Amino acid sequence: MNQRLYAFFMVAVISLFTALLRFLPFWVFRGKRAVPPVIRYLGNVLPCAVIAMLVVYCLKDVSLVSLSGCVPVLLSVIAVILLHVWKRSTLLSIIGGTACYMVLIRLM
Amino acid sequence: MKKTTAKTIQTAFKKSLPVMAGYVVLGIGFGILLKEAGYGFFWSFLMSLTIYAGSMQYVAVSLLTSGATLLTAALTTLMVNARHLFYGVSMINTYEHAGKEKPYLIFALTDETYSLLCDGTAPEGTDAHTYRFFVSLFNQCYWILGCVLGSLIGTVLPFDTAGIEFSMTALFVTVLTEQWLTAKNHLPALIGLICSALCLLIFGPGSFLIPAMVLITAALLCMQKTMQQKEGEKA
Repeated sequence: MNQRLYAFFMVAVISLFTALLRFLPFWVFRGKRAVPPVIRYLGNVLPCAVIAMLVVYCLKDVSLVSLSGCVPVLLSVIAVILLHVWKRSTLLSIIGGTACYMVLIRLM
Repeated sequence: MKKTTAKTIQTAFKKSLPVMAGYVVLGIGFGILLKEAGYGFFWSFLMSLTIYAGSMQYVAVSLLTSGATLLTAALTTLMVNARHLFYGVSMINTYEHAGKEKPYLIFALTDETYSLLCDGTAPEGTDAHTYRFFVSLFNQCYWILGCVLGSLIGTVLPFDTAGIEFSMTALFVTVLTEQWLTAKNHLPALIGLICSALCLLIFGPGSFLIPAMVLITAALLCMQKTMQQKEGEKA
């Protein structure tokens, strides 16, 4: 498939499914229908689990066999965690961690 | 009437200011990444206009560059954005009588907008639905502005941007750390980590997402009783 056409379909699918998720509850639970307990339960636990999955997704291509392939990533991840525990500022943690990574890959 | 509207818009703008910095910076990061992946200004604008979900747009960049199938894109969107279902559930009453603004209010219910509006109250002297509409609208404007700025910066940046892609990892590690620090129960995060790592080992980097999503959902459903008992003990 043509690359632009592929990208267009990808954006369309992602937009459609994002909107679907946002609109669905308003449609399903219109007129004060009760929300089932299993949905409530998933609402509590799924977000944390999915974020953990996304962290693994981000690290999926990290090569553990070469030192320069994994050390900058691992050190920067630790830097993000420490920065965040220390200051609890989302922006600082992201900018600080990314800067750390950009410096490390140039040094190693 | 006009005076109230002007005041409502002004209040909405003030309330939306804390989101501005975050959205502009995250948007710029997204725009630069997308530009590096070979998609410029137009795509950045289109995605921030029609998808309008920060973390999903970051994931979309890597789906695009890895040539993921439309099915993978659909399922990944369902998992990554599943939390929006729960935002919706909790906003049903608040948005019930929103009238003609309702479709946009629902479409624009991002994490940040939700965090500003979820208490269901509107500042005194404002029209509640107009206030919510403008908070949502201002937030999306910041996001589009950031994304488009990122594309433009990505085109003219005088220095080597290698490594900027780590901003996506940093974003999710930050969110995970924040959730870890606030959550009483760390089991969901651990299940997410273990199931994903396991699937990564078995299926490899190219195709582990879908099995991981299935395994995580199954594991969480199996743990429902234990998890709720644990909640009960702590409460």
